[in-house]
Amino acid sequence: MLKIENLTANVGDKQILKGISLTVNPGEVHAIMGPNGSGKSTLAQVIAGHPGYEVTGGSVTYDGQDLLEMDAEVRAQAGIFLAFQYPVEIPGVSNAYFLRAAYNEVRKARGEEEVDPMEFLDVMTEKLKIVEMTEEMLQRSVNAGFSGGEKKRNEILQMAVLAPKLAILDETDSGLDIDALRIVAEGVNKLKRPDNATIVVTHYQRLLNYIVPDYVHVLAQGRILRSGGKELALELEERGYDWLLETAGASA
Amino acid sequence: MTAHSNYRELFEAASHGANRDFLPKLKIAAIEQFEAVGFPTTRDEDWHFTSVSPIAERTFRPVKPATLTVTAEDVARFTYGQADWHLLVFVNGRYEPTLSRFAELDVDAQVMTFSEALKEAPELLAERLGTLAPSQHAFTALNTAFMADGVVIRMPAGVVLDTPIHILYLADAHATGASQHPRTLIVAERQSQCTLVETFAALGGGAYFTNHVAEVVVGTGARVDHYKVQRESGDAFHVGTTQATQDRDSIYHSFSFATGAQLSRTNVYSRLLGENCEVRLNGLYALEEAQHGDHQTFVEHIAPSCSSREVYKGILDGTSHGVFNGKVFVHPEAQKTDGKQTNKALLLSDGSRVDTKPQLEIFADDVKCTHGATVGRLDDMALFYLKSRGIGGDRAKALLTYAFAAEVLELIELEPLKVALEALLFERFIPPEA
Repeated sequence: MLKIENLTANVGDKQILKGISLTVNPGEVHAIMGPNGSGKSTLAQVIAGHPGYEVTGGSVTYDGQDLLEMDAEVRAQAGIFLAFQYPVEIPGVSNAYFLRAAYNEVRKARGEEEVDPMEFLDVMTEKLKIVEMTEEMLQRSVNAGFSGGEKKRNEILQMAVLAPKLAILDETDSGLDIDALRIVAEGVNKLKRPDNATIVVTHYQRLLNYIVPDYVHVLAQGRILRSGGKELALELEERGYDWLLETAGASA
Repeated sequence: MTAHSNYRELFEAASHGANRDFLPKLKIAAIEQFEAVGFPTTRDEDWHFTSVSPIAERTFRPVKPATLTVTAEDVARFTYGQADWHLLVFVNGRYEPTLSRFAELDVDAQVMTFSEALKEAPELLAERLGTLAPSQHAFTALNTAFMADGVVIRMPAGVVLDTPIHILYLADAHATGASQHPRTLIVAERQSQCTLVETFAALGGGAYFTNHVAEVVVGTGARVDHYKVQRESGDAFHVGTTQATQDRDSIYHSFSFATGAQLSRTNVYSRLLGENCEVRLNGLYALEEAQHGDHQTFVEHIAPSCSSREVYKGILDGTSHGVFNGKVFVHPEAQKTDGKQTNKALLLSDGSRVDTKPQLEIFADDVKCTHGATVGRLDDMALFYLKSRGIGGDRAKALLTYAFAAEVLELIELEPLKVALEALLFERFIPPEA
């Protein structure tokens, strides 16, 4: 589904990603872990098409297409979804309008009929349950004045509505209390299908107690230092990142 | 021959009512004042960014009375779907009773046209008219000299009018090349309340000139909510001045919405004469093509413990030019003044421009006054956020532009008006779904 080969990317003159290779197949859950500043969020944003990052080398293929040639909105229409670490507040646009606009764009791209506000409300009633949100949240402006937990739940709500093939959760656990974390994680699990895949970007192992990964990759200084199964996350939890960094330093 | 001597000739040619009362005197003083000051130039500090020469270089005669062709359907386009509001319709500056819906008031409020007020409440006019809005301002002087019709509202003490009063000023093809000088006087006595909407709109284009003056007396403990919607034709010229005075414990809320006219200037002034007043001056303007829109607000804190709040936003496209000048003056006696002013402009094109000048003059030492001005483009992070949800570039920009505007419309407390203006902007900025 997603094949990243030797990807390098810059912000301004600074190289952040220094040669990432990663393959994600349908049905898989990948966790990308690493210390702060390792490039995890950059990788997530580059896959989603953030214009602030310049890809300087390597390739990304998604469903056989050159992902790097696609605009951000085309990537989203093709089934890529990024749950933001810091969801953006858009005062003045209601959540309902925003969600329906996004839903219709994605439907259009799939060759499906657009839905009107009434039909959309039916869709929403079901989706809201997944993240334990009320209809009242739909009338509020997008993320404006939402608590940290509400913002993250709103991200998962959008994910539920758009039903992506590849979902990337960027530090979705940061700033969440245990209840919100559970709601968010259960939401993600409910949305899991054999034909979609999830990349969970996180600093802590905590979220992975709820969303169990098939693969864990440790990213540091712009490179993947080690890949393994879910037991790697537990090892990191126990030993921290330093031992890996030291091992990497010694072998470099 | 200069343009303003033409106005003297026009003034001599016009009739100014029976010579039995104060009105001719007031008008003569005004035309003399106008001749003395002349039209402002960009050398005047208050007009630095706005040249009125397109107005000054022509002579706009008062509109000649013509057979009324405006229909109730025409009027309905501008009434925000509110059949129960009191509606006074003026066409080309003249009151049209057949188009107006002037329901019997269930309270003792007096809502009169100018000519009715001359008969029914001459003492009120004599006492108040022209005392708030001074004729040192050329356009106010011109309005006073040429005012022919308008609305006078008197809210007796303690009277609360729940139903808004809507004054609709329509210009049609007959107005082309001519001027209208409507006048509004609101006197809200002690503890009274009313809501007023003034809409300026056009049926068809034409380079006409609207020069409006509103005087608003907000008495002790009274509250006036005053909305102005300026949707003149794209070729029109519009100058409007609203001057309020507030007595102790009073509330005055003003909202100015402006999308019309090739050249417009809107002044909203309030003088806080008594303690513990609240004033809110909010507004939104959206300009495109070569439009020029200028807003000036002035809050004069004369008494202590008053609060003033201002939020103005502008959206500029094409080669349009916006100007915002927000003055706050705090007298030495006005301790405990709490003033806050925000001005934001969104530039959608490379050719658009905005000049913004907050102006705080504070002569008291125990005050809290802040101002903030930003001029910017659409937020890249918000654009990316929308794109990452599949919403394409143009539509994402449109949505964010609408959102920028809708945020300030939230400040409108008159729900039907808010909904109508939101719809107007939605239609303007958001392309229909394909």
